[in-house]
Amino acid sequence: MSEPNADQTLLKTPLHALHVELGAKMVPFAGYDMPVQYPGGILAEHQHTRTAAGLFDVSHMGQCWIEGPEAADIVERLTPGDIKALEPGRQRYTQFTTASGGIYDDLMVTNAGSRLVLVVNAACKQDDFARLQEAMTGNTAMRILEGQGLLALQGPQAVAALERVVPGVSALKFMTGDRFSWQGADLYITRSGYTGEDGCEISVPAEKTEALARALLAQPEVKPVGLGARDSLRLEAGLCLYGHDIDTTTSPIEAGLLWSIPKHRRNVGGFPGDTVIVRQIASGPPRRRVGILPEGRAPAREGSEIVDASGAKIGVVTSGGFSPSLGRPIAMGYVDRAHAEIGAKIGLVVRGKPLPAEIVKMPFVKKSYHKD
Amino acid sequence: MKRFSEEHEWISVEGDVGTVGITDYAQSQLGDIVYVEVPEAGRKLAKGGEAAVVESVKAASDVYSPVTGEVVEGNAALADNPALVNSDPMGEGWFFKVRIAEKGEMDGLMDEAGYAEFVKGLA
Repeated sequence: MSEPNADQTLLKTPLHALHVELGAKMVPFAGYDMPVQYPGGILAEHQHTRTAAGLFDVSHMGQCWIEGPEAADIVERLTPGDIKALEPGRQRYTQFTTASGGIYDDLMVTNAGSRLVLVVNAACKQDDFARLQEAMTGNTAMRILEGQGLLALQGPQAVAALERVVPGVSALKFMTGDRFSWQGADLYITRSGYTGEDGCEISVPAEKTEALARALLAQPEVKPVGLGARDSLRLEAGLCLYGHDIDTTTSPIEAGLLWSIPKHRRNVGGFPGDTVIVRQIASGPPRRRVGILPEGRAPAREGSEIVDASGAKIGVVTSGGFSPSLGRPIAMGYVDRAHAEIGAKIGLVVRGKPLPAEIVKMPFVKKSYHKD
Repeated sequence: MKRFSEEHEWISVEGDVGTVGITDYAQSQLGDIVYVEVPEAGRKLAKGGEAAVVESVKAASDVYSPVTGEVVEGNAALADNPALVNSDPMGEGWFFKVRIAEKGEMDGLMDEAGYAEFVKGLA
């Protein structure tokens, strides 16, 4: 049996000792020693998140504040997102774009009133912070929340459990955020996540992160969930994983993220790569990210070629695995525009053989957000 | 007689046919197994060569043949119930039976105590 090798000098989140205490299997991820699963296993953790509440340590992600009169202008200069019109307490998903219309990273931006709060991917955070720092003007400044904890509590019972620990949080709607206080610590909580379920993300000072995690794990609905189930949950929800489904070679339009670009920015531009992106909006992108349902039981993993009936290559799988909710494999990938129709029959090359599959709508599992 | 490879396969021999699977340590390292591909009868296997595929939620791994020989049977039950590899790795979760070409190859494999010691060294 083959197995991957690992180990360099890895960073630790504020919950590292707790993960080890809980018996987590730790793996290197984006330079951090992170829990891929706990003793219950990925399938059980996945199902628990879909039916109750899962607690995820996402403290490896980058968090920063942009404060000052030009905060929204600066972020709009780097993203095609709707930031200047973002009302206090509202959150948006957007991307840092490249000059050629690719994606440096995807991120969440929340207008926290006196500042913008940004959450970026762990593997990209140093480059993101450098790019942001370079863009600062006048009296506007960036503050990196170094070492700050970030917990995600996700699932249909997540908010009820969190409400017992942090009263008032259940008043939040999907994609909004607010400040809360817990045992003297300032929390910033948004009602959002990366699983397709209702739930929250909680930014908490490093020294209080473990105590808060323990308080949440003491709730009867809550169990710890590792990166393994985080990946299968987001894949079922049809959400992109940076470095896999999106990167500097994929545009937001190819990736199906047009919904995150407001109308006036599609017309006016003013962000890196706007020429390419506006042209792709008008005339269609050369390829599209699609959902894929293999017919058999064999998962098609990232990198598997997608072929048409004649065996010609028409695309590539960018995320693929097993869907615990559906009990069968699922995948997403990029397919040439001409072939990217829902219902199209395609082949996925797995170990040299094309396996039959179909292009399907995403998400694979219905989202259950708490909207108004 | 049960013997073990450094790649975490076990082989149990009766006459000149060996039954091959992955060890309890291997299944625990892989986690929940969601797909298994076993070799068809008649396929020629080389010692240390790829023989089967086992996939967890996270990733696919190759299973190697601990001996040279010809496949007699793949475990058809694993197609519908790959989780047998988790629940009973040394029993119902076997992968394939192989007619052993050179019995001398068994001498290079570890016995149970030797494998336990080998696994201890990996921690």
